[in-house]
Amino acid sequence: MQQVSTPDLLSELQPWLANSVLLTETTADQIPTFWVAKKDLLTLCDAARYKLDKPFTFLFDLTAIDETTRQHMVLPQRQDFTVVYLLRSYERNQDVRIKVALDQNNKALASVTSIWPNANWYEREVWDLFGIKFDGHPCLRRIMMPTTWLGHPLCKTHPARATEMGEYSLSDDLRDIEQQALKFNPADWGLTPQGAPDEFMWLNLGPNHPSVHGVFRIMLQLDGEEIVEAIPDIGYHHRGAEKMGERQSWHSYIPYTDRIDYLGGVMNNLPYVMAIEKLAGIEVPERVKVIRVMMAEIFRILSHLLFYGTFAQDIGSLSPIFYMFVDREKLFAIVEAITGARMHPAWFRIGGLAADLPKGWDKMITEWLDYMPARMADYDQMVMQNSLVKKRAVGIGAYDTATAIEWGVTGPGLRATGFDWDLRKKRPYCGYENFDFDVPLGTRGDSYDRCAVRVAEIRQSMRIIRQCVQHMPEGPYKADHVLTTPPPKERTMQDIDTLIPHFLGVSWGPVIPAGEAMMEVEATKGSNAYYLTSDASTMSYRTRIRTPSFPHLQMIPVMAKGQMIADLIATIGSIDFVMADVDR
Amino acid sequence: MPTLDLVLMIAAMVAILVPTAAMLVWFERRLLGFFQQRYGPNRVGYFGILQSLADLIKILFKHDWIPPFADRPVFVLAPLIGALAVLMSFAVVPMSPNLMVSDSNIGLLFFLAMTSMAVYSVVLAGWASNNKYALLGGMRAAAQTISYEVFMGVSLLGVVILSGSFKLSDIVLAQQNMWYVIPQFLGFVIFMIAGIAESHRLPFDLPEAETELTAGFHTEYSGIKFALFFLGEYLGMMLISMMITTVFLGGWLGPWLPPIVWFLLKTLSLICFFVLLRAALPRPRFDQLLELGWKWILPLALLNLVATAFVKLWGDF
Repeated sequence: MQQVSTPDLLSELQPWLANSVLLTETTADQIPTFWVAKKDLLTLCDAARYKLDKPFTFLFDLTAIDETTRQHMVLPQRQDFTVVYLLRSYERNQDVRIKVALDQNNKALASVTSIWPNANWYEREVWDLFGIKFDGHPCLRRIMMPTTWLGHPLCKTHPARATEMGEYSLSDDLRDIEQQALKFNPADWGLTPQGAPDEFMWLNLGPNHPSVHGVFRIMLQLDGEEIVEAIPDIGYHHRGAEKMGERQSWHSYIPYTDRIDYLGGVMNNLPYVMAIEKLAGIEVPERVKVIRVMMAEIFRILSHLLFYGTFAQDIGSLSPIFYMFVDREKLFAIVEAITGARMHPAWFRIGGLAADLPKGWDKMITEWLDYMPARMADYDQMVMQNSLVKKRAVGIGAYDTATAIEWGVTGPGLRATGFDWDLRKKRPYCGYENFDFDVPLGTRGDSYDRCAVRVAEIRQSMRIIRQCVQHMPEGPYKADHVLTTPPPKERTMQDIDTLIPHFLGVSWGPVIPAGEAMMEVEATKGSNAYYLTSDASTMSYRTRIRTPSFPHLQMIPVMAKGQMIADLIATIGSIDFVMADVDR
Repeated sequence: MPTLDLVLMIAAMVAILVPTAAMLVWFERRLLGFFQQRYGPNRVGYFGILQSLADLIKILFKHDWIPPFADRPVFVLAPLIGALAVLMSFAVVPMSPNLMVSDSNIGLLFFLAMTSMAVYSVVLAGWASNNKYALLGGMRAAAQTISYEVFMGVSLLGVVILSGSFKLSDIVLAQQNMWYVIPQFLGFVIFMIAGIAESHRLPFDLPEAETELTAGFHTEYSGIKFALFFLGEYLGMMLISMMITTVFLGGWLGPWLPPIVWFLLKTLSLICFFVLLRAALPRPRFDQLLELGWKWILPLALLNLVATAFVKLWGDF
């Protein structure tokens, strides 16, 4: 998977830095990790982006860690904050992680927005949640929290629960301030006024609007019905999922992951449990892998079907969504039979699954797989081949591969541009290398192709599920490992050495060894990754959730300029996002 | 001089039409449910038949609210104009040889005039609401209605040439040998498209396109004033179906059954067709809609008119 080893990459990067040395760190996930001095950050990033042979064109993630209460430090000297950049080179199929240490008293750093445009929102998020300033950022304002919020929530000093914060009351003065803060002033968003005031109209699309799929706001500057400027505003669905990760045991956080991409169900559990398994060194049995793949693909179909229906609905076709809900309902019945829940089963466990498959599961799935192709053919005629749909979607909201990578697009949105990159093929995880399936690609990168790629993916997922049913291996559904949660129970009543870890694992929860690991999956909407930092405790020290929808929404202005309102609706319908996946 | 008979007739028409429009709401929801593999309203009364009544009671008891930023008199007037203009049009519809309020010599022109009036309702509502979505909806409605009105009139002229009259009962009687849908097929299709556009139904529901403009021109309306818009829309759908029946499908003409039954049967099948359209089609973009109107339908309508006139003159020589 990683083609170039850490020393090779170090020898490539080090020459660009004249007077300082890159420190190497070893992490559980084997991604080459380098510490760079604050003053050299821009030089290093610039080299990685432009000067290397096969450069790192994609800023996969940018986040920070508050190190102030950490016990197991990586660097010998004391540091208060770490800013982490994860870069990816598609040409090399390799990642590199760059870390910068910051001091409590000087929480400022150079902005990398000039190198990777999608750093814009990530840096705003780090500023909002950690209070780290980025010099040279075009518009550094809060993104998740309200502008009136005091403090920076992901700092360890910030309270994590309402009960720690004192009583809240909304006095009239406070209410007026809050209302005033909601008023839209273009200058606050880094815009310079242009034209006469009555030449344009500002339209507030959202936060409550039928087509924004949740609570999402886009401020539109309109010339007639043509969009001059679009400014997406997120944060209305922020629930502090990352902060909650620091207060939940490793095990009890699993249900929270279900609700990140709330259409993805157990697909969200997968990167989380895989990251913990990487930290703990758990190798899961073959049967677990196949069941995980099967359930993840079932949820991919469920999510894609909902996308398909809502996309058709956004361009005015009322019926498809109802037919697709019928299919989803049948599939949810299967999910319920297997996991006991429907949309949010929280069914994967550290080192295994919550239960084995029930009797008769294969018959249910096979029946559905036999029933579905005829329906898919109907939908092709109803939606994909409909000439009105084509008129509304072909050529609308198009971008090319380079723009997609520049703005951090992953998943079907990237493949719709014709770029062949599916994590399941390029870096197989969870045993995907054993399955036979194709990666559907588009050509134009427009709304129509984004939909077409997902429709083709539904068919591919059905292929994978059929292979799972046909070749389901026998064996245990939990790894035989001391950190498997809940642990296998067979021997607990026989010897005390098993009973004690079992008791501790169930009551306190497992203690995961110190270290950090990031695991990524090809989720329903793109690349979903969990970057976990363990401080050898029963809880995560820092849970970073890199979600695909976040950068996808950041790209909306690029696509929206010059469109009609109706085109914008078709475009955002084709992105396939849920706000929980954006705001976390 | 208005006689007592005429007044009673008008009262009876209104008393029948308004509840029928309400029933139509229920009928459409059930039919849509059937098309979309779901039930639709089936709880109030047998088959949910009283659903509209329940909705009506609820809506009547709602707070009659006018937004403080709205232009009050216009805001109140707008829904009234809409419903009244459509109701007035029913006066000239010949449902059977004796069942019509007015067999006017200019029935067809009166109908066209009244549909043009209806656009004021939407434009004024969009303007008076003082809301950006409503304004956009109102603007769309104005552009759409004005352009589609042009060829709605032109498409009917072919029929006028053939029958030699603007009087609707004459037009029906002129179809005894052959319905005008056959010689005037192009006119029929164009009138149907224009009719859907006039009544703002999918795929021509852009003034209230829900996924784009939340509710378009009636975003700020609620309670009884909203109900009037709703009523107007469904009355409009009935009116267009009745007009198509009268002008192109031989009106009340038909064997065996009484005339009124034929008339209602034809109207009902057209209504079902409109509902099916709503279930089947996506919505075109606004500029695509106008482009279709001006670049394709208007030339075709004019061609149809010229060809009809030519054939008529040829026949006379």
